[in-house]
Order: sequence, then structure tokens, then C-alpha cells
Amino acid sequence: MKFGVVVFPGSNCDDDMIHVLGTVMGQEVVKLWHKDTELAGFDTSDCIVLPGGFSYGDYLRSGALARFSPIMNAVIDFARSGGYVWGICNGFQVLCEAHLLPGALLRNDNQKFICKNVYLRTATRQSALTAKLDPEQALKIPIAHAEGRYYADERTLQQLQANEQILFQYCTAEGVISAEANPNGASLNIAGICNEGRNVFGMMPHPERASEAVLGNTDGRLLFESLLATVGQEVPS
Amino acid sequence: MQPTTEPVVTVETAKSLGLTSEEFDRIVEIMGRTPNFTELSIFSVMWSEHCSYKNSIRWLKTLPREGARLLVGAGEENAGLVDIGDGLACAFKIESHNHPSAIEPYQGAATGVGGIHRDIFTMGARPICSLNSLRFGKIESNHTKHLVDGVVRGIGDYGNCFGVPTVGGEVYFNECYNQNILVNAMSVGVVRVGETVSACADGPGNPVFIVGSRTGKDGIHGATFASADLTEDSAEDLPAVQVGDPFQEKLLLEASLEAIQTGAIVGMQDMGAAGITCSTSEMSAKSETGMRIDLDRVPTRQDNMHPFEILLSESQERMLIVGHKGQEEKLFAVFDKWDLECEQIGEVTASGRLEFFHHGEKVADVPAEPLVLGGGAPVYEREYRRPAYFDRIEAFDQDDIPEPADFPATARRLLESPNLVSKRWIYEQYDSMVRTNSMGTNAPSDAALVRLKESDKCLAVTTDCNSAYVFADPYRGAMIAVAEAARNIVCSGGEPVAITNCLNFGNPYNPEVYWQFVHAIQGMGEACRRFDTPVTGGNVSFYNQSVFKDRTEPVYPTPTIGMLGVVDDPSWQTSLSFKGAGDRIYLLGQAYDDLGSSEYLQFVHGERYSPVPHFDLEEEFALQQTVKKLIRAGLLASAHDVSEGGLFVALLEKAMSGALGFQIETDPAFRKDAYLFGESQSRVVVSVSAEREEAFLTMLGQHGTPYRLLGSVGGAGLQIDGEDYGQLAGWKREFDESLGRHLTH
Repeated sequence: MKFGVVVFPGSNCDDDMIHVLGTVMGQEVVKLWHKDTELAGFDTSDCIVLPGGFSYGDYLRSGALARFSPIMNAVIDFARSGGYVWGICNGFQVLCEAHLLPGALLRNDNQKFICKNVYLRTATRQSALTAKLDPEQALKIPIAHAEGRYYADERTLQQLQANEQILFQYCTAEGVISAEANPNGASLNIAGICNEGRNVFGMMPHPERASEAVLGNTDGRLLFESLLATVGQEVPS
Repeated sequence: MQPTTEPVVTVETAKSLGLTSEEFDRIVEIMGRTPNFTELSIFSVMWSEHCSYKNSIRWLKTLPREGARLLVGAGEENAGLVDIGDGLACAFKIESHNHPSAIEPYQGAATGVGGIHRDIFTMGARPICSLNSLRFGKIESNHTKHLVDGVVRGIGDYGNCFGVPTVGGEVYFNECYNQNILVNAMSVGVVRVGETVSACADGPGNPVFIVGSRTGKDGIHGATFASADLTEDSAEDLPAVQVGDPFQEKLLLEASLEAIQTGAIVGMQDMGAAGITCSTSEMSAKSETGMRIDLDRVPTRQDNMHPFEILLSESQERMLIVGHKGQEEKLFAVFDKWDLECEQIGEVTASGRLEFFHHGEKVADVPAEPLVLGGGAPVYEREYRRPAYFDRIEAFDQDDIPEPADFPATARRLLESPNLVSKRWIYEQYDSMVRTNSMGTNAPSDAALVRLKESDKCLAVTTDCNSAYVFADPYRGAMIAVAEAARNIVCSGGEPVAITNCLNFGNPYNPEVYWQFVHAIQGMGEACRRFDTPVTGGNVSFYNQSVFKDRTEPVYPTPTIGMLGVVDDPSWQTSLSFKGAGDRIYLLGQAYDDLGSSEYLQFVHGERYSPVPHFDLEEEFALQQTVKKLIRAGLLASAHDVSEGGLFVALLEKAMSGALGFQIETDPAFRKDAYLFGESQSRVVVSVSAEREEAFLTMLGQHGTPYRLLGSVGGAGLQIDGEDYGQLAGWKREFDESLGRHLTH
């Protein structure tokens, strides 16, 4: 499995993701420029990451412009042919704008940017990203966004539940999914979802910020390990 | 040469631009003729307080500015540069954006952040973290709430989008800042030694480029505006406030660092105060060259801008680059990749003069050297006089302050002060973790620790100044600001290395204000020499005051210290949180019967005039050496210095962040309010596990450090002298939520 991290103008978590994938997890990782029109050298066993940041400044609506970057046509084709695509924070917003994932990310209900540790419960193990996670464990992973309130209409939410497409829900440190634990007002406390094909993942929290002992938190590393283990990739110890 | 649309120049014109009649005479003498309006505008901004430091430089030169680790001296480049080992250097600087923020808090604060980051990456260093130091008026006022909201959103939106974490800072509320808030922003960047870029213009014939945003009419005469009193009419100066675009700055950062790698750059300087004027004159003066600039080639946001408008515009997110002749294409390729404009606007000359052309006509021709600080810019000695309010401080008698009858209730009252409670409501609006180097997210410490991916070391950074102390005694107060910054770094496991300062004072022509300034500089210098933390640069902001019908009142003298430290071994990282139930709690350092200038005295007793807290530089230095050795020997479970709110607040913070209560006994030799809430300096609270206690005590004995066993960690409640102070969970809820409640109601 090889990783490609897309750099949009204004991406600012690209280097963080490359550091964790390459240096921490020991994987092959390539920086991809938004003006590229094809994903040369990638096949469907690989993973394209859309990192966090403020693509094009997000002055219009988060992800709304990045979705029209030349590389996005290639990413959409790649996803449709079954390749893994993982969007984090701004990347999640871009995937929703590109209709690779249902729903939208609205402004936080307190109208402010929020950066803090939150807790997540794994809602399903039916995805490569979550297959090896413990559904009982509350994972401590930070968020940093102003537009992270997941919203979808009632029917879509029902479909997400029926198809087990909800990957993560905000919970308390004790693992209770409650209004109090919901940092941004997201529908059903949704922090991350996948598509019907279960190869496109989007999440607001930043696992790459919680993957090293020196930062005092390695819960995020479990997601990388799950993805790699599921596709049979070795992780150098 | 004089365009007909511009006013005829007289001494009155000069005065309207903020120059004195003596300065006008000097300009005529330098020019050998009366300058035209464009030329006079150039002098007015370059000789403004903001650019020339004319009223401060004589004293700034007394600060220690040399050290073994310094790679460039103070004032030589856009920021100080310190060798941190492993082939790396750290560029760091703090700067004020007070006046713009007082009028337009969102853009004022945002562009303050943008400007200080540009100072760092124009040297070739990548900014890795930022800090800030904010002062607002009384929190009950709606105007204050409006300013806090704007400043915090401005700092957040700019820094978050730019992608540099805000890892530390300080916020105080005091009515002396009601009209004139302080917004000081600090950026810290890292660069490989030898890969820095200088702000120079070497090599006549080399091309000069402007890159980044287009030039508009925003921020014209911003530097002059920053150098005048804020008055009720200042809102009419709104065009002097700049508008920020953090997305553009992010592109400019990546493109600039990439352009440096091409080897095609001779020198680079960002455009901050006084825009093209300042960058062309400073770069030329540094290289003893000149420049010929064609203003028609400067990309502008609107047509028909006057030459002086193009020259003085403070439009943000722009750089001036001098390139190697013949390598222009390398630069064009990089800026094209990032979709940024890169326009050649002129070339370096050997004339020593700045020649600006517009529509084929020469519109200004001025020598570079007389414009700049260290060149021909004026230098003034100002008179100073002991402030009259000192009499009221000297008249203070601590015995007049009654001891509280109910200590738990007094503690709860004290924790209603917005200066003591958690600033969570503010800092959660800042991205504090992007770049994945912030070690404090899960282990808070007195200074912010930042991991370096290129090295095994980490940085420790902090901003500090208790201006109430400086008000009470400028000399000792400024020493304390330096000492506290160093103490914070030491308690976190680091070694203090160097400082940058942001000197916020009132009007320098007020002799009492100038007395504060002179004595603060002397105290700062003495403390910096003792801690071996030279001053690498910074910023002076005068004219911070409130204007009333019958008088003006300066803000408290606020010489903010931004200190850089290095943690050579990451295992020395020491957090402030209690770690284990049963750990023993010790107070290191000598206690005193001292309530002076404490938050307790100000907030609970409403006493504004009292002496600075006890401080002795040698006592402080000795304490810090001991703490350093204890940490390196692995003997401390936690360390936290005693500062605002005294011992009680230090213990409370340790308990809350460790989610563990405590039981302690006070020392009956002191007034109990002084022991719990007093702020005498040079004290640190540590916790020690039972198995390390013996080695800990042995080491303390060897150093002769005063200490006292306070009690032990554990339980869910707080107990002092056998008295119940309530449950930790309740304290924490109040501590976390109090500020947000204040600011949103």
C-alpha cells in the first residue's frame, strides 16, 4: 500500500500527515500537487489522503473550491474504481463537496473555531479504517475546525445508520455518546463516515496529531494501524 | 518634479505628517532643497517613532545584545537568530499591533500575527509556533467584550489558516487598558544554519522584485498613526488599518522558502510598516547601495494611485526581493507555481539613493542612509522625572489590610478575577496543535514545549509581563518579567537562551512615562545579564494611553518579554500537573510576609497602589539552578512556579490539571493571606514521589535551597490546615467556565 497526500493551496496538515505516514508508520508516501491531472503510479490497493487545512483560504465555503482542483477528477475516478481515499478535516469537507461522501459540514453550533481533545467511539468495524479498533474504547483525538458540524437530511442519516456507514461518534471520556460530548452540534454526534463502497473515509478529528508518544497521545495511531493491518501491510516496529 | 495633485510642502505640511519643525529643517538640510510631498512622506514614515526608534534607541543600546549563541545581533536583521545546536537556528521576535487593534480589533490583530510571521520567514526560517500577550480593559465593559471577541477571532482566523499553532500567551484585564488595548504577537521559526537570507540589496544591476499581494490604499501612514496618541477621533484614521489575507500569506511563505532554495535570491525583506519605502531604504542602506524603482510596474489594486500612496501603502502579504541578475526565470517559475504575482519593479544601483519614477517622471530622489535607524534618523534624549504616584505606593501599609475571617470564601472570591481563571474560552479558538509539535496539549507546563522534528532537542517558549509590578516599580517589575520567563522555562525542563521584547509604554514626551521606560530598561538589562539571555530584538510601542477631557492616562508600563529556551534532552520535559496520589508537595524558595501588588490585594481589597512583590535577583538565580538540577536528576514529578494568585492558585492549577486533590499545612510564621495569596517571587511548587524524596532532600541540602514540606497529593478535595476548601470538580468547572461567562453576557 502506497500513500499519496494531496497538497491544495492552503493545505496545512499535509506535512503532518506525511510525517506520520512516512516517519512514524514507515510507509511509502508521495506529495501530490493539486494541479496534477492524474494519479500516476497509484493503483486501487493504495490510499489517497486529503489533508486538513484551509484550501484556497476557505473564504467561500470549506472545500468548495478545492473540489474543482484539477487533481480532484483523478481522485474521484480513483475512488469510483475502488481505491482508498481518506479525507481529514478540510479533506472531509472536500469529499462532501465532491459528493464522494454524503452530507455537509456546517459552521459549529457555537459559531467559533474549536481546537481541543475530544473522545470518539468506533461505531462500526466494517471498514478498513476501523476493523481493528475496539468499539468499547473511547479514543482521545483532537479536533480543530470552525465548520465541522456534520449535517445530512433525515433520509441520508437513516441510510448511514442502516448501512453502518457511521465510523466515529463523539463521546465523553467514559465512552458515553451524549449531547454534552458533541463539540460542534453534529447530527447523531457524527465525527466520521464512509461511503457505501466503504473505500472513502471522511472524519473531522485529526488522528495524525495523536500518533506519537512525544506528544503524549498515541490513540490516533490505532487508525493507521487498522488500515494497514486490514490491507495486509506490515508496519515496521 | 512636483505633481500638481500633491500639496505644496511647508513646515505645516511636515507637522501634519507628524514631523517637528526641527526635523523638517534637518530634512531640508539633508536634501539641499525643500522636499516635495512624496519625499516628505518618505521621511515622515521613516522618522516616525515606529520605524526610527528615535526616542528609545539611546536606552535600547544599553541592553545586553551579545552572546555566544547569537548568529545576528539585535536590529541587524528582521528578527534575532539564535544557534540552538544540531545545525539549527531559531529566529524569533515579538511585535505590537496595539493601535490598529484598538480601532479595528479583528483586522488589527490578524495583521499583527501576519506581520510578525513575515519577519520570520523573510529570513528563510519556517515559523513553527506563535505566542501572544494581550491586555484589555475592565471585563465588565461591553467595549472590552467587543474588543476581546475581535482580537481573538483575528488572531485565530489568521494563525489557523496560515497553519502555525498558537502554543502560549497571556491575557490580563485592567482598566488602564480601557481605551488602549495591547496586542503583542510573537513568532518562532527554525532554519538550518547557513540557509538564512539577509535583508540586503547587494550588487548594483541586480533586479528588484515585488511579490505577493497587490498594493492598495490600505494602511497608508500606518507607521505614523502608530506613533501618535490614540484619541476619540482615531476611528477616523481607519484607512490606516491594514486588511489581512492569511491564505495569501500561506502561499507567500511556501513560495518564499522554495525561492530561497533556488539560490536566485540575494536579499529579501517583508513589507510591514511604511511598505515599499521602508523595505527599499533599509535594504539599500544595509548594503550601501541605492535603488531605481519604477512605480508604474508595481501591481496595484486600483488605478490612479498617487506615488506617495504606492510608496506608503501597508498592504499586507508582500515581499521585496533582490535577485541575482540572469536568474530571474528561476524566481518567476516558483511564484508562478504558487499563483503569486512576481513583478520586477527596478534594480539596485550604486548611487546610495532611492529614485522613484512614475509615468516616466522622477517623483522622489532621497538618500537611503539618512532615512534609517542607525543611519541619519534622529536620536533623542528625553527628560524623565520620578512619577508622583510613587508617593501613594510608599504610603501603603500592609498592616492596614485586614486578614480574612473566612479563607475558603476568600479563595473563591479571588478566583472570580478574570486574570486568574482559565483562558480556555480564548485559546480553544486557536489551533494549538497543527504541525504536530506541541508537547503541551497532553502535558501542560509553565512554558510551551515544542518538539523539533529535525533534532532530538525541543524548544521552550513563553511570554511574560505582570504590568502591575512594573507600574509599582519599573526597575524591579521589568526584572521580574525576565525572571518569571526564565523560571517558566526552567520549570518546564529548559535552559533560557535569549529574549525578544515588546515595550509598551505611554507618551515618551511625558517625563513620568519616560522615567518608567528608562528604569524598566535598566531592570531588564540587569536581569538579562544575570540569566545570560541577551536581547535579540523586538519592538517599542509608545503613545499607549487613555485620553479624557481633562487629562491623559498612560497604560501601565508593559515591557513584555518573549523568551526562548532549549530543552537539550526531551526526557527533562516537566509538566505542572500532580502525577500520583501520595506524592509529597514541597515549596522551594523563601516565603515572605508580602502582599505587594498581588491580584489578591488588587481584586479582593481594591488596592491599586502597593509595592512590587519581594524580588532578589541572586535568590531567583540560585532557585532556578536548583530546579534545573532536580529536573535533570529526574527527581521531580511536577513543577509549577508561584505567580499571580500566589501559592493557592499554583496548587489549584496543579490539582486541576492532574485531576488530583491535595492536603497541605501553611507556615504559621506568616500572615496566612500572604502565605496563600501573596506573590513574593522566586518560589516553585513541586511534587515528588515517595521513592525519590530522600534523593530530592539530599540535593536540596547540597544547594542550601530554602524549602518546606507543604503536604501531599490525593483525594478529590482541597484541604488546607485541616479546613475543607471544597471539591476539585467544582473548582475546575468554575475555573474553566468563568471567563466565557464574563465575555458572553
